[in-house]
Amino acid sequence: MARKDPGPQVDRRKFLSGVAAAGAATAAAAMSTPVARAAEPAPAPRVPSALRPTLQVAAAETETPRETTNRIGGRPGSDFMVDVIKTLGIKYLPANCASSYRGIHESLINYGGNKMPEFLTCMHEESAVGMAHGYFKIAGKPLMTLCHGTVGLQHATMAIYNAWCDRVPVIVVGGNDMDAATRPPGVPTFHAAQDINALVRDFTKWDDTPVSLAHFAQSFVRAYKIAMTPPCGPVMISLDAGLQQEVIRNHGDKLAIPRYVPTAAPQGDSGAVKEAARLLAEAQNPVIVADRAARTPNGIKLLVQLAETLQARVIDQGSRVNFPKTHYLSAPPTAVSGADVILGLELSDFWATVNSYTDNGENGGIGANGTRIKPGTKLISISSVELNTKSNYQDFQRFQVIDVPMAGDAEATLPALIEAVKAAIPGSKKAAIEQRGQAAKKAHAEAEARAKQAAALAWDASPISTARLCAETYAAVKDLDWSIVSQSGNVSDWLNRLWPLSEHHHWIGRSGGYGVGYGAPASVGAALANRDAGRFSVNIQADGDLMYAPGVLWTAAKHKIPQLAVMHNNRGYHQEVMHVQRLSNFRNRPANYGADMGPVGTRIENPDIEYHKLAESMGWWARGPIKDPAQLGSALKEAVKIVQAGQPALLNVWTQPR
Amino acid sequence: MKRTLLLVAVLSASQAALAAGSADKGKTAFAKHGCWQCHGFAGQGGVAGPKLAPDPMPLEAMSAFVRNTRGGMPPYQKAILSDADLADIHAYLQSLPKARDYKSIPLLNP
Ligand code: HEC
Repeated sequence: MARKDPGPQVDRRKFLSGVAAAGAATAAAAMSTPVARAAEPAPAPRVPSALRPTLQVAAAETETPRETTNRIGGRPGSDFMVDVIKTLGIKYLPANCASSYRGIHESLINYGGNKMPEFLTCMHEESAVGMAHGYFKIAGKPLMTLCHGTVGLQHATMAIYNAWCDRVPVIVVGGNDMDAATRPPGVPTFHAAQDINALVRDFTKWDDTPVSLAHFAQSFVRAYKIAMTPPCGPVMISLDAGLQQEVIRNHGDKLAIPRYVPTAAPQGDSGAVKEAARLLAEAQNPVIVADRAARTPNGIKLLVQLAETLQARVIDQGSRVNFPKTHYLSAPPTAVSGADVILGLELSDFWATVNSYTDNGENGGIGANGTRIKPGTKLISISSVELNTKSNYQDFQRFQVIDVPMAGDAEATLPALIEAVKAAIPGSKKAAIEQRGQAAKKAHAEAEARAKQAAALAWDASPISTARLCAETYAAVKDLDWSIVSQSGNVSDWLNRLWPLSEHHHWIGRSGGYGVGYGAPASVGAALANRDAGRFSVNIQADGDLMYAPGVLWTAAKHKIPQLAVMHNNRGYHQEVMHVQRLSNFRNRPANYGADMGPVGTRIENPDIEYHKLAESMGWWARGPIKDPAQLGSALKEAVKIVQAGQPALLNVWTQPR
Repeated sequence: MKRTLLLVAVLSASQAALAAGSADKGKTAFAKHGCWQCHGFAGQGGVAGPKLAPDPMPLEAMSAFVRNTRGGMPPYQKAILSDADLADIHAYLQSLPKARDYKSIPLLNP
């Protein structure tokens, strides 16, 4: 794609006039870009500048000119790419190195000083994207990654799919050597493709293949902007190796870098907001359900305000912390059954929120559907995902008819909805609303006591119960500024039931696409963001998940990203253990366990993996296997101290299945 | 009448078989048939299945449930789980100690 251009010949006279033009462009751009970019001399312009010299120009006039001649005869295009990237304040770049992006790699670490972004050495592209995913969920800022265009991108795909389903921005840049006539023969040619982006187009928001440096600047800023506009999502840029290596040619002001201005999030239609408010205000028992509603800490505050205005119970489906678990209006999923109006905020599955499905071989094997709600219950939805749907990969669920559907971002719509609800509540309703709150307080206290009594079951069992695992871990960190950097951990929801999750950073939510292998890298990415914020990261780490790409443990140790990983080692792909058991029962055949504890092909035992040794070999402090619950507390105490001193620590704990 | 007699005969025969449960054997059967997968090794329950112990439902009710279920649990018919094994499982569940009162566990009252 990019031609190997010999570039301008630079002599003293032209060099100085080139500096003048570059200085002028930089001065103009400095007004419009948040981060100053490098003021390197550019080749001679065609049109001389009439502007007054800037400080850089003045300096260049009086200092000895820098040596610009090198083997390639000028500045490489990838230096300019680094200038572009630096304008966006991207802090880290987790990536697995690859020849097709060697040009920009060299520019990032040498020209860019390996700062903003800092290169983090990853051992798998899936780990790199997973880290970016986890980082965003704590920091609220996107990271970029670089990968080899074909083989590297193939490794990255599942993690990109997770980010897509979870509405998380990640900027993926894939190196690709496009000019078939000039690219090196051998591996670079094998690893080149006409359209690498096609591989991920079904689950990225946007992609581009810039063919010039000016095009790159626009592509990159546009990619960032699209990724960050709700509904957020991953974006992809194919980066030609020739363009990275070719010298910067004289483009005059075409090499300007567009200024990034965030796009305001879309709001639900004002008429629909009014109608929703009327339904909610007049309801006997309105219930709010939230999944990815709180994009930021402010989202939680807004949801509390709406819930308290209505004294409506809130079911948090948990893809983010949407609502404090400690609040008396926090309710379990079953609370939909008594509702007459349900407001769904950024739900990925409204159908299953109000319907049930039984997988018991009914109806010729396809299972049976039921309803969870009363007939006539009015449904309201605010979801930005309605604005961005693709055809091939499913990131939505069964079709649910909604009475008031709004295409808009829930958090951005909440202020208007709160005002509309306040205005719509009739004076005659105030006493009933107050009473609703009292009933919710009672229900919340009872649910808490029930949860604790359930947690006491099998308290002393070995392997260790998941309730005990979560309670012991909480006791070890409760006085710190903690953050749970794991997904559900498949621990029977005990994190949600026993920990006082109430702030945005208290829990990062699930993977989105349920692609196993997300947990470990997302925990490292989130722990990185927490490290910078001075927080303590706790990861309930599933065994099967860790083994997809355990090299991320090394990345954490290498880059001094501390976390406390407490393993939920149930020694199996337990979801599948149950699935195959279920099917065996349907078919009336004893499940074949081989020599294991569960169906052949689902267990991770014989031999048992010694995760503590695995972690230790990669620079972690680690202990295990811990099977006796009485030993867990002291091991946790020791591990917490290690993590506080800056080292990641892992406890290999043998646990109950769920 | 004849039918009733037959039913009584069947019931008492199954009661005889069910009554012969052994907690020790039941622990093995609970693992061998995969009950632990959804209910936990101590029948404590979790997201995948409700608690079964302590205080399991009576054997007859449990047998009726396990053979048919209400839908959430995949049924176990006799071809894959014998009455004898089921009775042993029941004896195992019955042998499990009562849960401690959560108020007596400091970690559950942080
Ligand atoms: C694949 C998961 C799974 C397996 C394996 C399984 N169960 Fe269940 N079990 C469930 C679920 C889910 C329920 C709740 C079903 C419902 O309420 O409709 C349940 C309910 C029960 C109940 C009723 C409890 C109550 O209080 O209502 C009993 C008894 C029971 N299971 C016994 C067993 C036994 C014995 C085994 C092994 C032979 C077993 N289960 C294996 C999932 C499972």
